[in-house]
Amino acid sequence: MSIKLEHVNYIYSPETAYEKHALRDICLEIPHGQFVGIIGHTGSGKSTLIQHLNGLIKATDGTVYYDGKNIYDEGYSLKELRSQVGLVFQYPEHQLFEVSVLKDVCFGPHNQGLSEPECEKRAKEALELVGFPEKYYDQSPFDLSGGQKRRAAIAGVLAMRPKVLVLDEPTAGLDPKGRDDILDQIARLHSQTDMTVILVSHSMEDIAKYVERIIVMNKGSIMFDDTPKKVFSHYRELESVGLAAPQVTYIMHALKEKGMPVSTAPTTVEEAADAIMESLKKENREIL
Amino acid sequence: MIRDITIGQYYPADSVLHRLDPRVKVVCTLLYLISLFLFKSVPGYTVALIFLGGCIKMSKVPFKFIVRGLKPIIMLLMITVIFNLFLNPGGAILWSFWKLAITEKGVRTAVYMAIRLIFLIMGSSLMTFTTTPNELTDAIEKLLKPLNAIRVPVHEIAMMMSIALRFIPILLEETDKIMKAQIARGADLESGNIIQKAKSMIPILVPLFVSAFRRAGDLAMAMEARCYRGGDGRTKMKPLAYKCRDFAAYAVTIGYVIAAVLIGRNIPFQIWFF
Repeated sequence: MSIKLEHVNYIYSPETAYEKHALRDICLEIPHGQFVGIIGHTGSGKSTLIQHLNGLIKATDGTVYYDGKNIYDEGYSLKELRSQVGLVFQYPEHQLFEVSVLKDVCFGPHNQGLSEPECEKRAKEALELVGFPEKYYDQSPFDLSGGQKRRAAIAGVLAMRPKVLVLDEPTAGLDPKGRDDILDQIARLHSQTDMTVILVSHSMEDIAKYVERIIVMNKGSIMFDDTPKKVFSHYRELESVGLAAPQVTYIMHALKEKGMPVSTAPTTVEEAADAIMESLKKENREIL
Repeated sequence: MIRDITIGQYYPADSVLHRLDPRVKVVCTLLYLISLFLFKSVPGYTVALIFLGGCIKMSKVPFKFIVRGLKPIIMLLMITVIFNLFLNPGGAILWSFWKLAITEKGVRTAVYMAIRLIFLIMGSSLMTFTTTPNELTDAIEKLLKPLNAIRVPVHEIAMMMSIALRFIPILLEETDKIMKAQIARGADLESGNIIQKAKSMIPILVPLFVSAFRRAGDLAMAMEARCYRGGDGRTKMKPLAYKCRDFAAYAVTIGYVIAAVLIGRNIPFQIWFF
């Protein structure tokens, strides 16, 4: 179920005064089961990129392959593709419309043509996966808190049982606790199922902790595509395009500059703590 | 998808026409539109063509954009031409079939009507190409100010207009987003009969209305927070003020109207080309 993009270009409003080259020659392959982060500054083309993955927008130039098949081929079912590649937009709670949470989550499976009991079964399953409390199933989605709305909306996509889950800034506008909860839930989802998860964000801190690969977008092109550690080692270049490495990276680099023999690789607070402890132990051993 | 629809079709460029006071543009466009109906002759339209051509040249708006503006009226144009062609008895009969006949007068009227319509649309779209919607409402507010005397709430009307115009692209974008989100959830917006189609709009309309009301509430709050209380005693950040070029533009337009009317009405011109 790999996704492959070959020389994808996308231009908004071509041949008008508002022409904008949003994607430039994107080549990319995402194997099945990977947990990928896409990072970029506002307007770097990350949202445009992910809309190509389920065929919502058609590349001006280039091809997209899903599971080895060209999705622009005649007769390729985009509807089928969209139930395989679930896309959760930014502020997904703005798409809620039904009278109750459960019914709203059923919308996706219903469109897949499943029977009523099957829809409900999948909806309940999806709501459970995102940790949505059961007592609110029959409430109007408009009466929920921000975090719960977000969960309900993500469940709305999960209920279609996609093989690939793409989330566009799932934590935008949430408080720190809501943010951590949602991200932890997504990480758990990835480890429990064999889903490919693609997480879009502009915050390195959010992503560093969870993903195994980071794609950095800048002005419509891929700038880096590597493991988090390797990407963050370019922290100066990242700064020059308006992004930043996690604060831990800065601390580790600063410590090393001051003469502490630590590795600069850690990207999360836990790893950093371990690295510092290790180097302290080593030093102490030498002293002793 | 829906993004390609532009209502305010402003074309950003740096030209004399863009810099003119919007009031001048509104008034001159009106004068130009009226002038088109004051004559009906080849030399008159030649003068109008020169004037229009000069303005287009000065505006730096690519010609194909202005022609594109004619697309929506092609049907109207065809209907006008056909009706005028067949339903104008008088003059020599050029071609006849059953009860339908094309007369010389019919051809003439049809061509004049087509030219008028095309000039009309091109002229008014030139104004919208060179004036932002906000400038336009500013101009209308200023021009209608005298109506305040008879208790027409001019400022409030202008404010509503500019808010409405401002929100068209926002709501379009919102619609686009919601449509995509629902399509991503497998919504089928195209197939089915009319009732099914109407039903399939619910997942789009409900969130759209919710967000429109939310935005309206937010905007009202923001306006109140900045002590907005209607038009009385309110000054503008960029007050409209006439400059030399604006008077020059008035003069040129009035000159055009006089010339076109004089040439178009008085000089007989018998050459008919076809």
